[in-house]
Amino acid sequence: MKDISTELCGIRLDNPVIPASGTFGYGYEFAEIYDINCLGTFSFKGTTGEPRFGNETPRIAECPSGMLNAVGLQNPGVDAVIDEELPKLAKVFNKKVMANVSGFSIDEYVRVCSRLDKAEQVGWLEVNISCPNVHGGGMSFGTDCEAAAEVVKAVKAVTTKPVIIKLSPNVTDIVSIAKACEAAGADAISLINTLMGMRIDLRTGKPILANTTGGYSGPAVFPVALRMVYQVAQAVSVPVVGMGGVSSAEDVLEMMMAGACAVEIGAANLTDPMAAKNIIDALPEAMEKYGINDLHDIIGTAWK
Amino acid sequence: MQFSGDVSEISAAGQFVNIRLNGHFLRRPISICDVGEDSFTIIYKVLGHGTEEMTQLPCGTELDILTGLGNGYDLSKAGDRPLLIGGGVGIPPMYLAARKLIGSGKQVTVILGFNGQSDAFYVDEFIALGCDVIATFAKGDLPEIDNVKTVKGFVTDAMPEVDHSYFYCCGPEAMLKAVYKASSTSGQFSFEERMGCGFGACMGCSCRTVTGYKRICKDGPVLEKEELLW
Repeated sequence: MKDISTELCGIRLDNPVIPASGTFGYGYEFAEIYDINCLGTFSFKGTTGEPRFGNETPRIAECPSGMLNAVGLQNPGVDAVIDEELPKLAKVFNKKVMANVSGFSIDEYVRVCSRLDKAEQVGWLEVNISCPNVHGGGMSFGTDCEAAAEVVKAVKAVTTKPVIIKLSPNVTDIVSIAKACEAAGADAISLINTLMGMRIDLRTGKPILANTTGGYSGPAVFPVALRMVYQVAQAVSVPVVGMGGVSSAEDVLEMMMAGACAVEIGAANLTDPMAAKNIIDALPEAMEKYGINDLHDIIGTAWK
Repeated sequence: MQFSGDVSEISAAGQFVNIRLNGHFLRRPISICDVGEDSFTIIYKVLGHGTEEMTQLPCGTELDILTGLGNGYDLSKAGDRPLLIGGGVGIPPMYLAARKLIGSGKQVTVILGFNGQSDAFYVDEFIALGCDVIATFAKGDLPEIDNVKTVKGFVTDAMPEVDHSYFYCCGPEAMLKAVYKASSTSGQFSFEERMGCGFGACMGCSCRTVTGYKRICKDGPVLEKEELLW
C-alpha cells in the first residue's frame, strides 16, 4: 500500500495533486465529468476586489508543448465569489479549498483576504503576486523583495488562515523574493506562475494576443519550474508548492524530489479535463516503479 | 471527415468537438456537421499546421476527441419558416440544423455564402434534404446550379427577399455583423474564438453580452441576437 498523502501548512491532503488557479474555474465544469473529491484540493480562479472582465480576446495562443494565456484575471469579484460561487462549490467539493487572491494595490489584497478569511471552506489563501497579464498590479508586487514583503505583512495581519505566496519566474533572482516573503511571515511559497512570452501572427505581422504578451505554460516550462522549485525549497524553511508544466505522475514525483510538498497542475487540465484525476490514479504505480512507499520520503531528495 | 464512437453527448446542432492531435498542445475545436447513431461528420478548412495534419491522417486513425461541447442552436424558436445562413466554414453546422428542422416539418430556406465558384461545397446535400437553397458568390462569374437560386454578392444581398420567421447564422464575424444589421427577425448567431480548453474552465474565449460575460465555448458558441452588444 502506497502512502500518497501529504501535508500543506498543517492541513492533510489525501494526495499532493492540486489543480492550479485559472485552469479549474470553481470546480463545477470538472465536477460534471468526475467526482473532484479525489483531488488533494484545488486553487480556485484568481479573485480580485471588484468584478473584472479581463483582457480583450484573443487571449490564447498555442506554442510548442504549451500555450500562452492573457486572460487578465477575469472574475466576478470577491463578494460574488463568497455569495454565489462558494455555495455552489460546496455542493461539488467537500474538502478545504485554496482561495487564489490577486490585487492592484496592497489595500485590495488586504480587502479580499480579510473577506475570504471568513469563508469556512477556504483552507489556504494563495496570494498571487505574479500575474503577468495585468498592468499596474499583480506581477509588479512579485518582482521586488520589498513590495512582496509588504503584501505578505499586510495580508498576514488580516487572516488566520495559512498564506501561500505565489511567485513569478519573471525575475532575476527568485530565491531572494522567496526569502523576503518568508521573512515577512509567509506560511508557504508556491511557484511558478507563467513565463512571459508572445507570438506574432505571420499573416498580419501583429501579436496574436490582444494583450500583446501572455504567460507561457505547459510541459515546455517544466524544467524551468523544477529548477526554481529546487532553488527555492533549499533556501526557505516553509513548505513549497511546485507547479509549471506538470502533466504526469512522474512529473509530480520529480517536483517533490526538487522539494515540493504538494504539486499544482495547470495547463494539463485544459487539454484533458481528466488530467488531474489520471495523475492521481497513476501515482501508486509510478511510486512502485521507483521504489517509493511514502511521498514524505522523497521531498527534497535532490538536495538533501 | 467521419468519426465513429460514442456520440451520446452530442445533443444539438451547432455544438462542436475538440480534437487532440499528436504534436499539438491545444485541441482543435471544429463544428459538428452531422451526427448519426454512432458516428459524426465534420467538414474543416485547412488553416494551419493542425488542420493540415488532419488531412494526412489515414482512414482508421483513433483520435482523442471531446464531443458535444457548447450549447448549440435552440431550434424550438424556429417558427414555421426558418432561414439558415452559413458562410464558408460556417456552413457545415447548418446541415444538422437543416436536417432537424426539415424533420420537424419546417419549410427551411438556406443561404450559403461563398467567395467564388471554386469555394462552393455541400450545396447538393442541402438540396437533398429538401431545403430551398440560395447560394451567393462574392467574386467572379455567377454559376448556374440546378435547383439553386444563385445571387451575386454577400448573404445579406439574398436576405431581403426570403420570407422567414426566424434565422440561424454561422460564419466569419464580419458576416455575422452584416446579418445582424440586415436582419428583420430575431435569430441566433454562432461564434468562433481562439479557445484554451473548450469546456468552460479557462476563460480564454470570454465575450461581453447584454446578460453579462459569456464563454463562447460553454455558454455559446450560439448567442441570441438580443444578447449581442452590436
